[in-house]
Amino acid sequence: MLEILQNLEFTPFLLSFKLAALTTLILFILCLPLAWYLSQTKSKAKPFLEAVTALPIVLPPSVLGFYILFALSQNSPIGAFFDEYLGVKLVFNFTGLVVASCFYSLPFMVQPLQSGFENINKNMLEASYVSGKSKFETILRVAVPNIKPALMTAIIVTFAHTVGEFGVVLMVGGSIPDETKVASVAIYEMVEIMDYTSAHIYSAIMVIISFLVLLSVYMFNSKQNKKFGGFHK
Amino acid sequence: MIKIELNKKLHGANGQMDLDVNLKIKEGDFIALAGQSGSGKTTLLRILAGLEDANGTIKIGEDIWLDNKNVLPPQKREIGFVFQDYALFPNMSVEENLLFVNKDKKLANHLLQITELSELKSRLPNTLSGGQKQRVSLCRAMMNRPKLLLMDEPLSALDPSMRTKLQNEILTLHKEFGTTTIMVSHDPSEIYRLASRIVVLDQGVIIDDGVPKDVLLKTSGSQKFSFEGELLDIKKVDVIYVAIISIGQQLVEVVVSQDEAKNLKIGDSVRVSTKAFAPILSQK
Repeated sequence: MLEILQNLEFTPFLLSFKLAALTTLILFILCLPLAWYLSQTKSKAKPFLEAVTALPIVLPPSVLGFYILFALSQNSPIGAFFDEYLGVKLVFNFTGLVVASCFYSLPFMVQPLQSGFENINKNMLEASYVSGKSKFETILRVAVPNIKPALMTAIIVTFAHTVGEFGVVLMVGGSIPDETKVASVAIYEMVEIMDYTSAHIYSAIMVIISFLVLLSVYMFNSKQNKKFGGFHK
Repeated sequence: MIKIELNKKLHGANGQMDLDVNLKIKEGDFIALAGQSGSGKTTLLRILAGLEDANGTIKIGEDIWLDNKNVLPPQKREIGFVFQDYALFPNMSVEENLLFVNKDKKLANHLLQITELSELKSRLPNTLSGGQKQRVSLCRAMMNRPKLLLMDEPLSALDPSMRTKLQNEILTLHKEFGTTTIMVSHDPSEIYRLASRIVVLDQGVIIDDGVPKDVLLKTSGSQKFSFEGELLDIKKVDVIYVAIISIGQQLVEVVVSQDEAKNLKIGDSVRVSTKAFAPILSQK
């Protein structure tokens, strides 16, 4: 047993976590203002924007993967632009995976943040404005610190969802060892070549990690709710 | 002197309504804003705070907060606002809530002392009682030494004894800082104790404006007592009729004649008044 573990390649896991961490970081920075806008706006464009951001939840990963592949390949204007002016290729490498994952996991970051912001007591924000604080300072010092459970949910679920992606990654990244072969793709290949022992170990690790991650979110949230009295309505 | 001339179309619960208010307020005055719900009181307060827009002018001394060209954002108006639901920042301790507005530690300590909150200053809002929360909220509103203090039914969620205590603290603060104050309130005793002037709104317009004693006392002519209440029941007892009326928090019985009883409907709003008797006041 020990021997099998020693011979096992762990790079796919490291790659999965690196990809998930980067995706989560990028999405967090991009989605914080977007979620704030969606939570506060009364614009008619709101349902339209909400539908677009939620699309990755309902679309089959193959559809998403196909469009991303199509858009980022050197034959498309976007892919050509990145290749020509920035010297960055966006398909079948790690950079491409990060871009694709950002699309794929977008709703999992936006939606918890948005509902967190929507649940904030509006009077609390107004109390801050009246105290002379700008919108930016209010978001940073009043809104964000008071949606900790939503922040935690958004970050962890985005991370976990990115670790768990398969279809999009396979289509945009292929399965290049040490570059785009993440854990889920590795398991798929192990099953294909009937290496069930490795597949079992990999899958078990995935189950355990995912469970621990979700458990920590729920434990954190129930502790926060006790401390601050829920979503401060 | 504060000059307010405002106009705004409101879509209230009773259909469309024009908020049309013209007010002049002396510096240091304590104004009670009364009127039924939906009469535009809160909206007026929010317009003054800059949280809602309207047409017209707001002038505070020489500063213009609102006119045809300029709308000063709430951040620049130097106001204090006390919300009915306290609206404290749950992530900050009592002291941090105050210092968030203004980093003046001396003022914060002074305010906490007046309101007897010094010992609670490192507690989170969630661990405080309603009365304590509202005191913190009041202190927070005073932290930027506002030119105008706005309070939207600040005490209506509290029990009567806590209300009295907070009324005293509001009075103390008002005396010390001399802040021009506008408070929305429904409670006549509260208005009488705190305010130097009462403005009554109905359907967006001012229908009464004056000294609380004149506006609130309902007696007229030789009447000694006069209370408004709701008719709960009329019972026939032998040859007379007894009406049960709810006045404030209490029920009273009043004898009425058959003719009077005929004209009354249960649920009617009635006035009970009496003449010529010397009322007896005794301590409970």
